[in-house]
Amino acid sequence: MKQLLALLLLAGALPATAQIDPVLLRRVPRDTSRLQLNMDAVYNRPFVQPGRLPVALGGYVEANYQYAATDGVSEGHQFQMRRLTLFVSSSIAKRIRFLTEIEFEDGTKEINIEFASVDVEFSPLLNVRGGVVMNPIGAFNQNHDGPKWEFVDRPLSATQLLPATWSNVGAGLYGKKFGATWVVAYEAYLTNGFDDQIISNTQNRTYLPASKLNPDRFEESFNGVPLFTGKAALRHRRVGEVGVSYMGGVYNKFEDDGLRLDRRRGLQVWAVDLTSTVPKTRTVLTGEWAWVRVNIPDAYSPQYGQRQAGGFVDLVQPVMRGTIFGFDRAVLNAALRLEYVDWNRDRFAETGGLIGDETLAVVSAVSWRPTAQTVIRLNYRRQWARDFLGNPPARTAAVQLGFSTYF
Amino acid sequence: MKFDSHMSKPSMRLSGLAAVWLLLASCELIFPQAPADDAVLDGPVAGLTPEQHAQFLRGDVAFNDGVFTSRTGLGPVFVAASCGSCHAGDGKGHPTTTLTRFGQVDSTGNLFLQRGGPQLQHRALPGFQPEQLPAGAAHSRFTPPANTGLGFLDAVPDAALLALADPTDVDGDGISGRPNWISAPGYITARPGTRVQAGRYIGRYGKKAAAYDLLHQTAAAYNQDMGIVSSYEAVDAHSGQLADPEVSNQTVLDVVAYLKMLKAPVQREPNHPDVLTGEQAFLRIGCGKCHTPQLTTGASPIAALAHQTVRPYTDLLLHDMGPGLNDGYTEGTAAPAEWRTPALWGLGLSPNSQGGTYFLLHDGRARSIEDAIRQHGGEGQPSRERFDSLSAEQQRQLVRFLQSL
Repeated sequence: MKQLLALLLLAGALPATAQIDPVLLRRVPRDTSRLQLNMDAVYNRPFVQPGRLPVALGGYVEANYQYAATDGVSEGHQFQMRRLTLFVSSSIAKRIRFLTEIEFEDGTKEINIEFASVDVEFSPLLNVRGGVVMNPIGAFNQNHDGPKWEFVDRPLSATQLLPATWSNVGAGLYGKKFGATWVVAYEAYLTNGFDDQIISNTQNRTYLPASKLNPDRFEESFNGVPLFTGKAALRHRRVGEVGVSYMGGVYNKFEDDGLRLDRRRGLQVWAVDLTSTVPKTRTVLTGEWAWVRVNIPDAYSPQYGQRQAGGFVDLVQPVMRGTIFGFDRAVLNAALRLEYVDWNRDRFAETGGLIGDETLAVVSAVSWRPTAQTVIRLNYRRQWARDFLGNPPARTAAVQLGFSTYF
Repeated sequence: MKFDSHMSKPSMRLSGLAAVWLLLASCELIFPQAPADDAVLDGPVAGLTPEQHAQFLRGDVAFNDGVFTSRTGLGPVFVAASCGSCHAGDGKGHPTTTLTRFGQVDSTGNLFLQRGGPQLQHRALPGFQPEQLPAGAAHSRFTPPANTGLGFLDAVPDAALLALADPTDVDGDGISGRPNWISAPGYITARPGTRVQAGRYIGRYGKKAAAYDLLHQTAAAYNQDMGIVSSYEAVDAHSGQLADPEVSNQTVLDVVAYLKMLKAPVQREPNHPDVLTGEQAFLRIGCGKCHTPQLTTGASPIAALAHQTVRPYTDLLLHDMGPGLNDGYTEGTAAPAEWRTPALWGLGLSPNSQGGTYFLLHDGRARSIEDAIRQHGGEGQPSRERFDSLSAEQQRQLVRFLQSL
């Protein structure tokens, strides 16, 4: 990790020279020759290539102001540095490339290698990827860069149900088949997986993101059983993209040192995602829905649900486009997000009633993009969260004003 | 600057809607207001010092947000993983968090302590087996109570409770409340003026009044409900062995302080004619003989609790509730049919913590206030019969009064 940071700092020093001679600093043109999918998001970013180095650099930053209140109680005015992410990519050979993404979240509370993989292309339909890969479950996990979204908060279902950003050490295959107006793609990886924190955590609910707290997951599988993640996606030039993904494996340590501790307990996640643009109005529709099923011991706490589901739908409508405040390709958007997560779809054994533990939120937004790489966004959020027993919901409202930009 | 040529009427309307919404967002009214003080059970008693507020907040976090896991000591057998799991919003619990006590049938003690008694830990960490109810063990199910106003109940002097007691029914009214004389653990600090009888103390918490004070109640709940060993209750509920503490003394004391400093429930619409008429009927049919409307606290280290008159509608004494509510199980010196009079304050807010409905009486068997009244037997039977003889309108007013508490 330290070596990687040193490399990043060293590489970062070169653009400083480039401020004197701009020729030394050039933008890597994005590949727009073919249809791009969510799976291409890691490379489909603005990079800067210093000098003649075979290394390209990039990153993004996002920060915001927030005022939120739940049932009349507020933490007051907050300024938040959500994340700073640095990318380095390198073309090692003609069809061998490397990319890494390092993220500092919530200041420096979390420092993660989100992606660090070597890709070897044998043909467009057959690529091998190995290293720290982002498990292709849903679309948001792969396509999560802050500047691409009109909302300060990431979707609840992507971060609190699915564990975005979820990446693990492993390897797999991916490929695409192109047609004139469509592309079909697949991804399949075996990686390290979850651990038992998904049913033993301070959230007191089945919570897949809890496994991200395992500091050993990049060097040791918790139980020795690989996690499989696979996705198939289809994109049509006019209609948009639809993806279907699956992730499954064993989350518990069923044996240790040759001794049996428990039976194998599995989890399965299915997700569908959709991205589309209405040609006439240029309304962008992005949605994702996921289902989670976890094998919970019968005698365990019912607060840990066996079945979960949730998702979000974003509508983004450009309402003004042109020169605004001197930015000649600026866009002003209005946007709306609907999101819902049910962390426990089980029933009470004692009464037969439905268990609560669900959250519904509506977020409205106005975003201004002075350039395609930068977004300044104003959000207003209303949220209703019911507890495990289904009692009257806690009501939250928040106003957020922030920015996110590639650099 | 120009408008997008592709912008349609719907998108214009959408942007207009967004603009209106954002204008509203800038208004303070768009943030959800705090519920009225009489609409929630949680919140501190008025008049606390800043230092007490700080401890209240620490206890609040430990009680409502603290969740134990296998890594922090949960279990391995348990009932729930956190205090807040059973006492949502500091209110009454739900059947899913109802616990089972077993093994004691009279004042001679619990015969099943070596077989997992007195409480069944019916849940277990993966790889462990939960406890099973031993064959032949008398048992009873206890729904978690509301927590509010407990500090006031704690500050009522023993002498006041004894003054309410009438164990041999000297006044011949059919009501014979008596204290539950219990063996208190060594870690309790006797409150000023505490009465001791043959080495036993007056219990006042729990369905059977088997806990002396809130430290006793809290330390036992950590141990028996969550499998969390403390220096107060140092024996692990699963192994029966002494174990290292899994919660600090400070956290336990903060939780105790939090419970003490929770406000008393505030009555809603106390002057509504139906409420006033209903209260008169409540007293007229004799409910108030056990559900004593008013108690006065004595000295308390928390000044805000001292010498206050409160209206909990309990006498904190044991009463025989008849065979219908006799599960055959008991605690302390209570008979199996005897139950401590539950406080009625906060009753009307119970559905807000019980998933939108009522689960009343000790095990949640009563699904409405009327149902709970009609299951009163023993000393409560005459009042129940008088309730049945009220007109439908009078019954409605009485229930309305209870819902206002």
